[in-house]
Amino acid sequence: MKRFTDLYWRLDATTSTNDKVAALRDYFAAAPPDDAACALAVLSGARQLRSVSTSQLRNWAAEATGLPAWLIEECYAHVGDLAETLALLLPDAAPDAAPGTDLGLAEMMQRTIHDLRATTDDHKREVVADVWRRLAPRERIVWHKLLTGGCRVGVSRTLVARALAEVAGVDPAEMAHRLMGAAAADGPAYVRLLASESTEADSRRPYPFFLAAALDRTTVEHVAEDLGAVGDWQSEWKWDGMRAQLVRRGEAATVWSRGEELVNEAFPEIAEAGGSLPPGTVLDGELLAVSDTTLLPFAMLSKRASRKRVTNKVLADIPCVFVAYDLLEEGGVDLRELPLAERRRRLEALVPVPFTDRLASLPVQPAHLFLSPLVAGGSWAELAALRAEARGRGVEGLMLKRRSSPYGVGRTRGDWWKWKVEPLEIDAVLLYAQAGHGRRAGLHSDYTLGLWDGDQLVTVAKAYSGLADAEIVELDRIVRATTLEKHGPVRICRPTVVLQLAFEGVSLSTRHKSGVAVRFPRIVRWRRDKEPAEAGTLADLRRMIVAT
Amino acid sequence: MTTVNDLLRVTESGLYCERGDFYVDPWRRVPRAVITHAHADHARAGSDRYLCSAAGKLVLRTRIGGGSPIDTLRPGESVSLNGVQVSLHPAGHLLGSSQVRIEHGGVRWVVSGDYKLQDDPTCDRFEHVACDVFVTESTFGLPVYRWQSPERIAAEINDWWRANRDAGRASVLLAYALGKAQRLAAMVDPTIGPIVAHGAVMKLVEAYRASGVRLPSIDRVPAGARRVGDGRALVIAPPSVLGSSWLKLFGESSVAMASGWMMLRGVRRRRGFDRGFSVSDHADFPGLLAAIDASGARRVLVTHGFSDTLARHLRESRGLEASVLPTRFTGEASPDAAAAADDGEPDANGDGDGDRPDADALTTS
Repeated sequence: MKRFTDLYWRLDATTSTNDKVAALRDYFAAAPPDDAACALAVLSGARQLRSVSTSQLRNWAAEATGLPAWLIEECYAHVGDLAETLALLLPDAAPDAAPGTDLGLAEMMQRTIHDLRATTDDHKREVVADVWRRLAPRERIVWHKLLTGGCRVGVSRTLVARALAEVAGVDPAEMAHRLMGAAAADGPAYVRLLASESTEADSRRPYPFFLAAALDRTTVEHVAEDLGAVGDWQSEWKWDGMRAQLVRRGEAATVWSRGEELVNEAFPEIAEAGGSLPPGTVLDGELLAVSDTTLLPFAMLSKRASRKRVTNKVLADIPCVFVAYDLLEEGGVDLRELPLAERRRRLEALVPVPFTDRLASLPVQPAHLFLSPLVAGGSWAELAALRAEARGRGVEGLMLKRRSSPYGVGRTRGDWWKWKVEPLEIDAVLLYAQAGHGRRAGLHSDYTLGLWDGDQLVTVAKAYSGLADAEIVELDRIVRATTLEKHGPVRICRPTVVLQLAFEGVSLSTRHKSGVAVRFPRIVRWRRDKEPAEAGTLADLRRMIVAT
Repeated sequence: MTTVNDLLRVTESGLYCERGDFYVDPWRRVPRAVITHAHADHARAGSDRYLCSAAGKLVLRTRIGGGSPIDTLRPGESVSLNGVQVSLHPAGHLLGSSQVRIEHGGVRWVVSGDYKLQDDPTCDRFEHVACDVFVTESTFGLPVYRWQSPERIAAEINDWWRANRDAGRASVLLAYALGKAQRLAAMVDPTIGPIVAHGAVMKLVEAYRASGVRLPSIDRVPAGARRVGDGRALVIAPPSVLGSSWLKLFGESSVAMASGWMMLRGVRRRRGFDRGFSVSDHADFPGLLAAIDASGARRVLVTHGFSDTLARHLRESRGLEASVLPTRFTGEASPDAAAAADDGEPDANGDGDGDRPDADALTTS
């Protein structure tokens, strides 16, 4: 546990990529395989079921400290991180407990976390109290995070792959591929991962996803200037769905999400359709929810994705399709180094039916496997005009991919770009603020914004991001100085601040008091030049529903 | 809250004793100011006449400049101001910091100013003074704030300095120029290497020495120097140097912040320091409770910090008559503004004295 704790704090203390890789490399080079496998799962963000609820932890901490629950909540609101709050509140570890009793990460997680799942609350509480007595505060924070399943350490998969590649002495891209899927469930699997002995799991393994970056400059003139000749680029719609790979190897097909989770059970019809592909085929594409005639909103797709098992009713109500836009493997051969134009030619031969947004006109019904069509534009201006129609088509804009480019790993800039439609915007008034978490703990950085409805301000959106750190610090001071009421961690403020809000779309909603919901709200800038009275109205926002 | 019948009440100019016709730490110019300590938000220039502890006179003079007379009292010595008995008692916050005891008609008030209970080689230890009404600060009035012992902190700082020295890196330790900087200089092990200080710190180092406080040898950074030290030095400087070219004088360096707010991981990470040492000249939560309990006061007025929270806790856990004493600074200190300056004394009116950094410059660093 100490070794992993040291890793956690080493990663926490630096923003340098090289330092992080070095910390990871040192850890993996020294940790026993069982612990390393465990750490790898934690670093990869593997989900685990909670064995203890956070409210149980709060209650037990209240007992252990003799503090009232409200005071613990005040502390949490100030610190912004429950694991840290409790670690700071609990009495110091017994001085005689520490030496010689340090368990390895794997054993610690088994004994004090996994084994708790099937036990009584009284026993859970004894185990937790015992761990609290034995661990120093800096270890407690890490253990709390493991216990509550929220141990995010801010290292990407790419960094983990780089570190493990150094330990194993292989190429980072090779390691990134080996890490796809459920890479190392236990110590022996971890040893095989480093030694590159292939396993059963390997046969289903997807490739690391190549991710597009957003264009820095989005006007047609800038795009032309930055990207050069339009003929060098392949353009497609940017679908508002779930990125996935469809892997057909051996007997069956598997569907993998971008989070590298196997989602066959949520999308059984896609897995079945994949079975019709020739063995040794891997497609990259997008899962979309559709009705007979139209694309369904992303929320419907989420409903499907969140199911462990889908009922026939859900299958019928929310049919899904896989729209392929790249071919990564054919006949068991890795095609990723081929130019996109060549991969595209082969993809069109394999999956000939293009997906259109006029579904009723599709030649084959029902079908689940389509080709993502190219968006034809002879000039950047023509493409820009098509991009402007995106919202009406239910897509997010255009994808621009360099025809000569190989299929990369991770978010490498230069060959794949997102040219998203410009967001909708409105000026809104800051009404409530709440302290943020993590890096923004203790700073009021989560804002609830409102618009005018007659002479009332009604809340329409919560937004967390978009301002510079210095602006957040300044706003924090304004929030504290203009607080009218406090409700736990939430402060109701006197309306004084106007923020420009951007969002991707507006829809009617019964869940919000205002009757509308905005998608992906974020703050563009602080309108210091505007008074609250000059902010937008609910009617302005409603008009945007019509416009979309 | 205070009422007109109280011995002290909050007015436009600050905490006022009408019967004695004097103010405690006024924020405007007044005829007579009793000063708890010389930090900028407690000691403002321009009043006609000051009263502070004998130990704190030189430091106060350094801060408010010449002109107005400063009367002094020895610890526990009492003076009558218009029939009100006033005495000053060590608060342990920094050199010469005092609690103000005020007695009239059998009622005893103690205004503690800022205080800490921990040992500090540069000032007298906090004295528990019995009273009926205790005015307490609450800068760190949440139970997550519990300080480590000064010995432990000193060992951490020494280890960090030694490791930097061995790697040929300067150790830049950021701390409030008055109080914290001198305390740190007295805490560390001067055999590790040379100690140098920023001019703002040096001015007060001299005032401390002139007041009889023993400090290790500290070098001033020469004006116009292009390069200072050889990567062995401990450099003590106010946080305002962060992001300035002054720091470049020392070549490769590790930058650490010494502040109670460094307890929190979020604050440490956001500010991007290489290290944070949780060392404060304010009482931690157990310290606040210990001082309040020992005062024997039935009525407690809480100011400056987590006032609401601490007052509620005192009412619920101890049945005390506890309420918030409003100050000029509405709202409360945020860790960032405070960590930028010292431990929670945001200079709300912006007439800072040069030690106080521009918060924006800090947060972008």
